Amino acid sequence: MTQKPKLALYWASSCGGCEIAVLGLHEKILDVAAAFDIVFWPCVMDFKYADVEAMEDGEIDVCFFNGAIRNDENAHLAHLLRRKSKVLVAFGACAFGGSMPGLANFYDRDTMFNWIYMDSPTTINPDKVLPQKRYDTPEGELVLPGFWNTVKTLAQVVPVDYFLPGCPPEAQSIEAAVTAIVAGELPPPGSVIGSDVTVCDECKRTKTEKKIKRFYRPQEIIPDPDICLLEQGLFCAGIGTRSGCGAKCPAVGMGCRGCYGPNEGVLDHGAKILTGIASAIDAETAEEVEIILDTLPDPAGYFYRFHLPDSLLRRKARKNGKKQMDGGPQ
Amino acid sequence: MIENGTFKPVIVGFLCNWCSYRAADLAGTSRMGYPSTLRDIRIMCTGRLDPTFVLRALQKGADGVLIMGCHPGQCHYQAGNYKAIRRFALLKRTLRQLGLEEERVQLHWASAAEGVQFAETVARMTEQIKALGPLDWSHNWPNEDPYAVEEATE
Ligand code: FES
Repeated sequence: MTQKPKLALYWASSCGGCEIAVLGLHEKILDVAAAFDIVFWPCVMDFKYADVEAMEDGEIDVCFFNGAIRNDENAHLAHLLRRKSKVLVAFGACAFGGSMPGLANFYDRDTMFNWIYMDSPTTINPDKVLPQKRYDTPEGELVLPGFWNTVKTLAQVVPVDYFLPGCPPEAQSIEAAVTAIVAGELPPPGSVIGSDVTVCDECKRTKTEKKIKRFYRPQEIIPDPDICLLEQGLFCAGIGTRSGCGAKCPAVGMGCRGCYGPNEGVLDHGAKILTGIASAIDAETAEEVEIILDTLPDPAGYFYRFHLPDSLLRRKARKNGKKQMDGGPQ
Repeated sequence: MIENGTFKPVIVGFLCNWCSYRAADLAGTSRMGYPSTLRDIRIMCTGRLDPTFVLRALQKGADGVLIMGCHPGQCHYQAGNYKAIRRFALLKRTLRQLGLEEERVQLHWASAAEGVQFAETVARMTEQIKALGPLDWSHNWPNEDPYAVEEATE
C-alpha cells in the first residue's frame, strides 16, 4: 500500500472559525481523512508540539496554517511547521492578511494590556497584575509566550506557498485546494487559490451609476432586495475585493466585508476599496464631501478590516514607541 | 533624509501634466528659489492618483506627499480633480486613523501660470514637515520574532 500524504492543520491567532470551515466540508471531510494521514491538528486531536519537533524536516506534505502571528508561540509554530512541511498554505484571512486579530495594529501592547487588564469596566485588578513572560514559582519557572506590538501575517514571518482567502474560506474554496493538492495540480507557488474577479462581478444585484448623498449603517435602513447596496448608501467592499465566495453577503442584504482580500496584483486592499467608495460619493466641493463622509464612521476600520497587517502601512504609527494622541478607530 | 546633521524632508510630489507640472516648469525657468525637497512625479491628471501611490511613497520612506492639479473646473479631463477631492478627503480621514499628521499629505491647486504659488506651496510644506520631523514609517514595526533572530544567526 502506498503511503498517504501527511496533512497538518494548525491555528495561531485565530477564532477557530477556520477549523469549523474544515469541518463544514461535511461528508467531504471523510474524503480528506481518506486521502491524507492527519499528523497534527491540535483543535481536533491530541498532538503535542514535541511530536512535530520529532519529525524529519519536510516530512509533512501539506500544512494548512490558519491564524495571524501576534506572539512568540505563534511564531515558534510558524517556523517549526515551515521547516517540517513541503507545502505551507496560509489558510483563511488571518494567516493571509491579519484579519480581525490584525485590527490590534490600530493599537499597541501597552494600550491593549492597560484596557484589558486594568481599565475595562468588567475588570477588577487592584494589584495591577499584568502578564509576565517569566514567573518563578516554588515548583519552577513558568513561561508565557511574549505578546507583540504588531500583528503579522504568516508570510511576513516565514515563506508561504499558497494563500487560501476567506473568513473563513468557503467550502468550495477548500475543496478546490484539497482537490488540486490530491491531483498534484497546484498553481505556481505564491498563488492565491480563488477567483480573479471582484465580488461585484459575482453579485446579482442591479448596478447603475453610483451617486450617494449619505451612508447608512445596516441597522438604519431596510435595503431594496435588487439594487446594488452601495448605491443605496450601504458600505460594501465588493468593489475592491476578490471573489470566490459566491457573493453570499450582498445576496442577503449585507454589504461585502472584504474577507477574500485584495484582488490579483493589488498592493493595498484598503486603498482599492477607498477608491471605489470615494467614486460613489455625489459631491463636488470639499465641504460637501466632508458632510457626506461624516455619515461613514471609522473608514480605516472598514477599508482594512481584513488586511491591515498586510497593507502597505501595516499598522498605526508608533512614534518612538509612544502612542500618538489622535486617530484610532472611533 | 539627514544632510549635514540637519533634517531635510523628502516630499514626493504627484503633479498633473496640464497645470501643476507646468507651474513647476515655470518656477524653474523663471529661476524662482524654493527648497529642493520635492521629488516630482508627473501624472496625467489628479484623477489618475490611486491612493496606493501615496501609501507606497510613505511606506518607502517619504516624509510627506504633495498632490497638485488644476483648479476645480479647469481639469483637462473635465472631472478628474473632483474625483481627487473625494479620494483625498477619504484618504485623509484614513491616514488620521493610522496616526499620520495632517500636514504630511496635502492637496493643492496650481495653474500653468502659477509658478509662484507652486514654489510657495513647496516652501510652506517643507517648513511644516521640518517641524514634524522625519516620518521613518518602517520603524513602526521593529522585529519582535525571537525565532527569526535565531534562524538568522544559525
Ligand atoms: S488634468 Fe490637471 S487635474 Fe485633471
